[in-house]
Amino acid sequence: MVTQTGPTADTPGFSEMPDARGHFGVYGGRFVAETLMGPLEELRLAYERYVGDADFQAELDHDLAQFVGRPSPLYHAERWSRELGGAQIYLKREDLNHTGAHKVNNTVGQAMLAKRMGKRRIIAETGAGQHGVASATVAARYGMQCVVYMGAEDIRRQAINVYRMRLLGAEVVAVESGSRTLKDALNEAMRDWVSNVDDTFYIIGTVAGPHPYPAMVRDFQAVIGREARAQILAQAGRLPDALIACVGGGSNAIGLFHPFLEDRQVALYGVEGGGKGLDSGQHAAPLCAGRPGVLHGNRTYLMEDADGQIIETHSVSAGLDYPGVGPEHAWLKDIGRASYVAATDGEALQAFHELTRTEGIMPALESSHALAYARRLAPTLDKDRILIVNLSGRGDKDIHTVAALEGIQV
Amino acid sequence: MSRLAACFDALRQRRRTGLIPYVTAGDPQPEITVALLHALVEAGADVLELGVPFSDPMADGPTIQAACERALRHHTGLADVLEMVREFRRGNAHTPVVLMGYLNPIEVMGYDDFAGAAQAAGVDGVLTVDLPPEEGADLVAALKSREIDTIFLAAPTSDAGRIERMSASGGGFLYYVSFKGVTGANRLDVGAVRDQVSRIRAHTGLPVGVGFGIRDAQTAARIAAFADAVIVGSALVKRIAALADQPQRIVAEAPEVIAQMRAAMDADGAQAAAN
Repeated sequence: MVTQTGPTADTPGFSEMPDARGHFGVYGGRFVAETLMGPLEELRLAYERYVGDADFQAELDHDLAQFVGRPSPLYHAERWSRELGGAQIYLKREDLNHTGAHKVNNTVGQAMLAKRMGKRRIIAETGAGQHGVASATVAARYGMQCVVYMGAEDIRRQAINVYRMRLLGAEVVAVESGSRTLKDALNEAMRDWVSNVDDTFYIIGTVAGPHPYPAMVRDFQAVIGREARAQILAQAGRLPDALIACVGGGSNAIGLFHPFLEDRQVALYGVEGGGKGLDSGQHAAPLCAGRPGVLHGNRTYLMEDADGQIIETHSVSAGLDYPGVGPEHAWLKDIGRASYVAATDGEALQAFHELTRTEGIMPALESSHALAYARRLAPTLDKDRILIVNLSGRGDKDIHTVAALEGIQV
Repeated sequence: MSRLAACFDALRQRRRTGLIPYVTAGDPQPEITVALLHALVEAGADVLELGVPFSDPMADGPTIQAACERALRHHTGLADVLEMVREFRRGNAHTPVVLMGYLNPIEVMGYDDFAGAAQAAGVDGVLTVDLPPEEGADLVAALKSREIDTIFLAAPTSDAGRIERMSASGGGFLYYVSFKGVTGANRLDVGAVRDQVSRIRAHTGLPVGVGFGIRDAQTAARIAAFADAVIVGSALVKRIAALADQPQRIVAEAPEVIAQMRAAMDADGAQAAAN
C-alpha cells in the first residue's frame, strides 16, 4: 500500500481534492464499464460548467431556501449536554429539511443538473428509502420520470417509504439479486444507466461511485458545513472542538466536515454502524474493520472476504447498511485528518431514546450513531468545549423498527 | 508470439472467424468446469473466456448474475479459477484462455502475485470489466511483465482517442461491446455493429471480437462476416442454467450451442469464399 500524507506547503490542499481524474490519494477514480466512461466525462464537464454558473447557483439557492427550508437551525442541546456533564452539544438540524433528512440537498442539485443536461428520466438507488423519497420528491417538483431501485429485502423492511415514493409518482423496482439490499440496488441502477444512458440521469445518493459523483455530491452537501460554521461563530463566537457525523456512504459527514477541513484544531469523528460489535463480524464498518478494494466505480475501504467478494453488512439502521464508503473518507482516514469509530446497534438505540426524552427530538437511527459517540465523548471534555453533531435525519421512519426491537406492536 | 496473437494469425490464414465462448468458472459446480472447457474446444471454440465469479457483477444481465451466484455457492474464488486453468493446460497446450471478471478479486490478490500465478497457470489474457485504460496502467504493466495480454472493452460510446489508447496498452484482441447495455440483453442491431466495427478498425491494429447479445447461430454467422471473432456468453450460460440440476449432462449437451454457431459461421464463410 502506498503511504499517504496530508496536504502540506508542497502538496495540494483539501479544497483541491480530488485530482483531475477523481483521485483522493489512492482512492476514488473511475472504475466502470467502458460504456459509462463517455457519459461520466459529459457529466463532469456539465457539473464543472454549472457549479460556477450564476443562474444555476441562484436557482439552487432559491430551491434550498424555499423548497427544502434552509438554512437548517444549529440547536444547542442544553439539557442533554447538562445531563451528560461535559462538553456543550450542538445539533445541526438536517432532520428539519423537507423530506426529513439531508439527502434532499443533493437530489435538488442533481435534478437541476439533469434538467440542464436535457435528461428527462432520473434513476436512483435506495436502502432505507430516504434517498429514494428525496429523488422521487425532486422528480415530482421538476416534472421528471423517476425509477427507484431498492433491494427486495429493504422493500419488505421499509414499506412506508415505498408507498411514499409511489405516491410521489415514482416507479419502485424490487431488486432480487445478490443480498437483495442497498449494494444490489446500486448494481441494478448502474445496469439501468448503462442501458439507457442517452436519456437518463443517475442520481447517486452518497459520496461514492465513479468520479465526479464523490466530489459533486460532497459539494451539494457542503451547505451543511458552511451553515454550521457560520452559525457556531455567531452563537458561540468560536469554532467547535469537534464535529461528529454518522457514516454509511458518508454524504452527511463529508457535507459537515468539508468546510472545516482546513481548520486543523477542529477534530472530525465519523461514526460507522457497529452492528452487534466489531468483534462479531456483524457490522457495517469498513473504515474501522475493512480494507481497501474496488466496488461501485471507486477504490475505497470495503467489507470483503479473502477472495475479494463483497460480504453482507449488518446495522440496525438501513441507511448505514452498506459495505463501502466514500473515497474521500478513506483518504481522510489514511492521512489522519478524521477519525473513524463505530457505535453498536445498542448504543445507537440508547442515544435515540435519550435525545427523544431529554430534548423532544426524535433522531433517525442513522443519526443516533453519531449521537451515541457524542454521548461517549462529551463527558470526557470540559463544559466549555463544543461538539457539533449532524442530526442528519428524523426518526419517524424508524419507529416501527424501534418498536419491533422492544417487542411492541404498533 | 503470444498464444492469442498466434491464434488470430492462424485464423486469418485460414480465413476463419474466431469463436469465443464464455462460461463462469464453477457454474453450477467447480468439478465440471475443466471438462466443459475441453468440450467447448471440441465444439469449435478458438479461444476460451473463463469468468471469475464476483459478488457484484455490475455489467452483467440476469443470466450471468445467476451464474456468479451459483458458482459462489461453492465459494469458487480467483485462486480456484487459476487452478482450473492449470488443470485445463495439462490436456490442452494451444487454446488461449482469457479470464474475464471484475477488478476487486485481483486487487485483493495483488497485481504482481496475480500476474505471476496467472502466467504459471497458463492464462493468456485478462479482461477486467470495471478497469478502463485510465486506471489500468499498473495492472497492464504487471501482466505485460508476465507476457499476458490485457484485453480492453470498446463500446459504442468510445471515441477514437479512447480506442487508440486501448490499442496502445492492450493486446490480444479488442472486445467490442455491441450495444449500450448489459450482457445478454436483446438489443443487437447487426447493421449498426458492422458500421461501428469498421469505424474502430480505423483506429486499431488489433483483431476485433464482438460480444453482448449474440443469441443464436444465425446472428453469430452475420457478425462473423465482418468481425475477427464472435463472443458468446449468455446464450451458452442459459443452457448451463437449464441443466443446473443435472450437471452430469452439461458437458455433453451445453456445447451444442457453440457447435451450431460454428457450423453456421463456417457455412457462411465457405459461401462467401465461393462467391
